[in-house]
Amino acid sequence: MSSALTLAGLRKSFGAAEIIRGVDLEVEDGERHAIIGPNGAGKSTLYNLISGRFPPSAGRIHLYDTDITGRKAFDINRLGLTRSFQVTNIFARLSVLDNVRCGCLYALGHRYAWWKLVGRLQDVNEQTASILRDIGLWEKRELPAGLLSYADQRALELGIAIAGGANVILLDEPTAGMSHSEVEQAVSLIRRISEGKTLVIVEHDMGVVFDLADRISVLVYGEIIATGTPGEIRASSAVQEAYLGTGAN
Amino acid sequence: MNTLLGRLTPWIAGAAVLIALPHVFTSGFALTLMSQIGLLIVFALAYNMLLGQGGMLSFGHAVYFGLAGYFTIHYLNFIYEEQVPYIPVTLIPLLGGLVGLFFGILIGYVSTRRAGTTFAMISLGFGEMVTALTLVLVAIFNGEDGIQTDRVLGEELFGITYGPNIEVYYLIAGWCLVCTLAMFLLTRTPFGRISNAVRDNPERVEFIGYSSQRIRWLAFSLSSFFAGIAGALHAVNIEHVGFEQVSVIQSGLVLFMVYIGGTASFVGPIIGATLLYFLQSTLTGVTEAWVLYLGVLFVGVIMFFPGGLAGLISMHQPIWRARARLLAPLLVPYSRFLAALIVCVLGCIGLIEMLYFRSSRLSTETELVIYGVESDPFSAGPWLIFAAAAALGAFAIRKTYPGAVSAWNTAIADARARPLG
Repeated sequence: MSSALTLAGLRKSFGAAEIIRGVDLEVEDGERHAIIGPNGAGKSTLYNLISGRFPPSAGRIHLYDTDITGRKAFDINRLGLTRSFQVTNIFARLSVLDNVRCGCLYALGHRYAWWKLVGRLQDVNEQTASILRDIGLWEKRELPAGLLSYADQRALELGIAIAGGANVILLDEPTAGMSHSEVEQAVSLIRRISEGKTLVIVEHDMGVVFDLADRISVLVYGEIIATGTPGEIRASSAVQEAYLGTGAN
Repeated sequence: MNTLLGRLTPWIAGAAVLIALPHVFTSGFALTLMSQIGLLIVFALAYNMLLGQGGMLSFGHAVYFGLAGYFTIHYLNFIYEEQVPYIPVTLIPLLGGLVGLFFGILIGYVSTRRAGTTFAMISLGFGEMVTALTLVLVAIFNGEDGIQTDRVLGEELFGITYGPNIEVYYLIAGWCLVCTLAMFLLTRTPFGRISNAVRDNPERVEFIGYSSQRIRWLAFSLSSFFAGIAGALHAVNIEHVGFEQVSVIQSGLVLFMVYIGGTASFVGPIIGATLLYFLQSTLTGVTEAWVLYLGVLFVGVIMFFPGGLAGLISMHQPIWRARARLLAPLLVPYSRFLAALIVCVLGCIGLIEMLYFRSSRLSTETELVIYGVESDPFSAGPWLIFAAAAALGAFAIRKTYPGAVSAWNTAIADARARPLG
């Protein structure tokens, strides 16, 4: 069985504070893997290490067989790993369509081209349209992204992340701040876009986690204390004690 | 077909205007003015590739304009001395562009490693450095005097010699049109879009496969190429280049042009370059206070119309597109506001001119004429009149401004209420 993502002995310190304290994790190819844990456990930092926002202090990260430890973010993205952000991170003055379009330009091989017109690129047009329809923003494609509602911006955030067709997708709290019906829509969207791909998702909504994940890892104070199927995690006394709290109802 | 024709119309119209202009404004002054505006449009558009499109604020972009100008002058002189291969003057601007590109690639490699304030400071540093070099390396730049040439190399195609100013005008107009089209098309390429994305959010770009640094470098280099073309056109037009052309003053002027015209739209720099250079060349002869007026205009635009003049136009576009008749109710409130503004501005100008006259004893003129009327700055009458106009105008601006704003709000709401056709 091949792993899409392998973390070995990963550590990260900011000054004297060690935020990630030796994480070992294997995410299998094609699985949907959720990472849960209390606030401040280091989930976002872990994502920042994997996606190349900062280099780890120690340990190795492999994307399939490639060592991506300490590589630049755009390098890692080009190898087929994409991520979304917990705080919406879009191109506010560009139109919704251009936001998604920018997301797929590099992956479709157009890179820094300054000699071809962007509107004439059939592959880009098709992929952009299909993603805009997927995330439900086709009707709003002409609007500047900064004018979208919060839920629409969250959807766009997801759209930019998946536009390049990366094989490994890291989502950081994609349903944060959404209403109940919006969460349902988001979950079915995430299920659809991660079909046949590897998904890692950080999420606080346990309904979403248990609904979506094949396996769950629990991160507490910079360490993974348990990894297993939703059933195993639910039954684990260590998890209940450390994370859910023994007296949880 | 409707769309292709629609897209070509502005360019054909632009070309027609450029061809017709010298037949409408025939004086020698107008011809030089229009030539200079044409090349400044190229420079301003190049500058906006950085500022408006790429989010890079440069205080030293005249470096690429000026160095290309110096190089062009030298090259023309070398052609006379038969030390370099002959290039027709028609194609000399391309050479200037390559010089700009060379220095853009070189200096840009260093300065575009960082964005924001760091980039701005580095650009200022390079601007000062190159200006100092032009004054120190006398053998190449000839210090404060600058260098000059004669642009007439002999007959080119169709018997053109570039002796008469009208031929230089058409040279500049042609290059202006080609460069404008090229820079417009650049905004429509993958590079152009990602450049906008870097402007909006440089960090996010790194997670969709792009190096924001690489994009900035590319934008900087391409922008320097067009700045170089403008510099070469300047050299051919004026036949002289001095340290002023590389200096921070020239860099600041292009920044003013682009800002006042509007950074957010493609035509903004064209409007800004035209207006500012027109004002500069007509007002410098009339008033000593021109730089003060320029400063006030700049501050006024930044504070009250951050979108620039093009922004003022484009905020009415949705109304006009929905239904042109919706613009009609704007006419009266806008005219009221404009009248108030004009009264206030005229009053202020009167006060400033009298102040300048009284404080500058060097003036050879013995009487001050404002608006065609002799005004004695040593008597109370004119002061009272101008002060009253300024105060009255300011009061009227406060009174009429809300009306203009609410008229626009109503119109835009009406425009949004109807579906786009």
